[in-house]
Amino acid sequence: MELKTNYKRQLLINKIFDVFFKYLGLFFLICALIALLALIGNLVSEGFGRLSFQFLSSFPSRFADKSGILSAWVGSFAVMLMTALFAIPLGVASGVYLEEYAPKNKITTFIELNITNLAGVPSIIFGLMALGLFVYKMSLGQSIITAGMTLGLLVLPVIIVTTREAIKTIPVHIREASYAVGATKLQTIRYHILPYSAGGIITGIIIAMSRAIGETAPLITIGALTFIAFLPASPFISQAPFVSTQWMFDPFTVLPIQMFNWVSRPQEDFHTNAAAAGLILIVFTLTLTAVAIIIRNYFRKRIKW
Amino acid sequence: MFKLTDHQSSNSKKMRLKSSRGFSARIYEKIIEYVLFLAALASVFVTLGIAYVLISESIPFFKVVSIIDFITDKQWTPLFADAHFGIRPLLAGTFVTTAIALIVAIPVGSVIAIYLSEYAHPRAREILKPILELLSAIPTVVYGYFALLFVSPLLQKIFVNMTGFNMLSAGIVMGIMIIPYVSSLSEDAMRAVPMHMREGSFAMGATRLQTSVNVVVPAAFSGISAAYILAVSRAIGETMIVAIAAGMQPNFTLNPTEPASTITAYIVQVSLGDLPHGSIGYQTIFAAGLTLLLFTFALNIAGHFLKKKFGERY
Repeated sequence: MELKTNYKRQLLINKIFDVFFKYLGLFFLICALIALLALIGNLVSEGFGRLSFQFLSSFPSRFADKSGILSAWVGSFAVMLMTALFAIPLGVASGVYLEEYAPKNKITTFIELNITNLAGVPSIIFGLMALGLFVYKMSLGQSIITAGMTLGLLVLPVIIVTTREAIKTIPVHIREASYAVGATKLQTIRYHILPYSAGGIITGIIIAMSRAIGETAPLITIGALTFIAFLPASPFISQAPFVSTQWMFDPFTVLPIQMFNWVSRPQEDFHTNAAAAGLILIVFTLTLTAVAIIIRNYFRKRIKW
Repeated sequence: MFKLTDHQSSNSKKMRLKSSRGFSARIYEKIIEYVLFLAALASVFVTLGIAYVLISESIPFFKVVSIIDFITDKQWTPLFADAHFGIRPLLAGTFVTTAIALIVAIPVGSVIAIYLSEYAHPRAREILKPILELLSAIPTVVYGYFALLFVSPLLQKIFVNMTGFNMLSAGIVMGIMIIPYVSSLSEDAMRAVPMHMREGSFAMGATRLQTSVNVVVPAAFSGISAAYILAVSRAIGETMIVAIAAGMQPNFTLNPTEPASTITAYIVQVSLGDLPHGSIGYQTIFAAGLTLLLFTFALNIAGHFLKKKFGERY
């Protein structure tokens, strides 16, 4: 009889712990979400009032209320363009090679191990590499092209890994059907593998871009200036070829660096500017992330093998 | 006869044409394959580039400053007239901020992972997990702002004497940032544990909690440890939060309420100034970067080893 009550009591204790843990998990989850809300809410309450056309169309200034983020968002846009031009072909090509062509040998294993390692290297190390290699050795200076290449290499592992994951989900019989009608390997990749994995690849690219747009440390390391009161050269000119690559070699600033600059100042007014810049920045990154999630879900639902 | 030869010749011409087209197509395929291979090799060149820059710029530094001084000196004042090059104050700052971040992220992240994997309704998980992952999508400079201008004033109400710049707020915010790294990867590992293992445990009368702790977590140990290692390496390499919120003064202390600099924050500090290329001050950031890289590299190797030793075998 006593044994039975002991047993029952133990069961009750186990049950209590179980329920307690469930609510602990829920509590921690809510805490994390509250932190997210506090961060966004703080930016909105501090910075929303500062958002205006003047803020978007002015250069930084000594006076907080006359400052704006014109050079910063134009710079961010140009750097993102360079990053995409650099990282997308390289990343997708690496992913396709590793998934479709690579023989199972030591070189392949080494490349794979290397990509995993690169994904774990802190971003500031990429900045140091770019400072030594691109800025000085290749004499590209502290320019938009240097920044684009740095961020491109930084997000390369993200694009490679998502490309591979996307290609992996395509079943073998799709390839076999393509070969059976006489297609070559390249034709199979061009007309079957790439279109079917496009959803996954685009998701990866967007996630990579949303990471690159908020990246600050490597760009500070290559010496991106914080006070830029001019825009890069226009890509369109009136003379013969009508396009110019001069803008790639111009100095620049980007949104996160501008925000960092304003946070570091002691005056309250500049902190308001920082909040407004931060608000724009998280709207960008969160929108990109949301788009990536939507695309992923859309393709996941649509494609059924 | 004549006709036949004509026919033959045209036939052979066609054959030749066809085979030559096949030949050039094969060449084209091969060329593409090599181009793709070169793209895949790019990542190897990046690693080589990193190693080359950090080592070649650190060598002149270590010719001036001995490695013994670098490790044992208790002061880091490379830009002062009385220059000292002891990395320990920067390591202490990195250690304290990382430790605080892990104290926040590992328990919270692990409990959330168990909750999402073992307790939550699948539909709730589908919604909650991406929202939680937004935490790691927010730019770190925004977190820095949050730490300095929101969390730090809040903490100053508890620790009245604390300065505005301190390692505590930077560490806590960094911890919040890395929660998704811990929770998402751990949850993936736990969900990969086959159902029949849980069912065996439930059949013995175990509760969900007992099953999670005694069956699922040990079975997913390899994946969970990989998540923890990733969290540690993120925290060590995190730059903007500590550069903004922890103050950028090298300070050899383990007291989290004091301001201090970390390896990463020091690199930012020097980069913001205009030190001439080739000066000793300029070279210090590469020596600091090399130290940082060695730490993350050691963590990567530890992760690889753990995965090999405790890889999932169901």
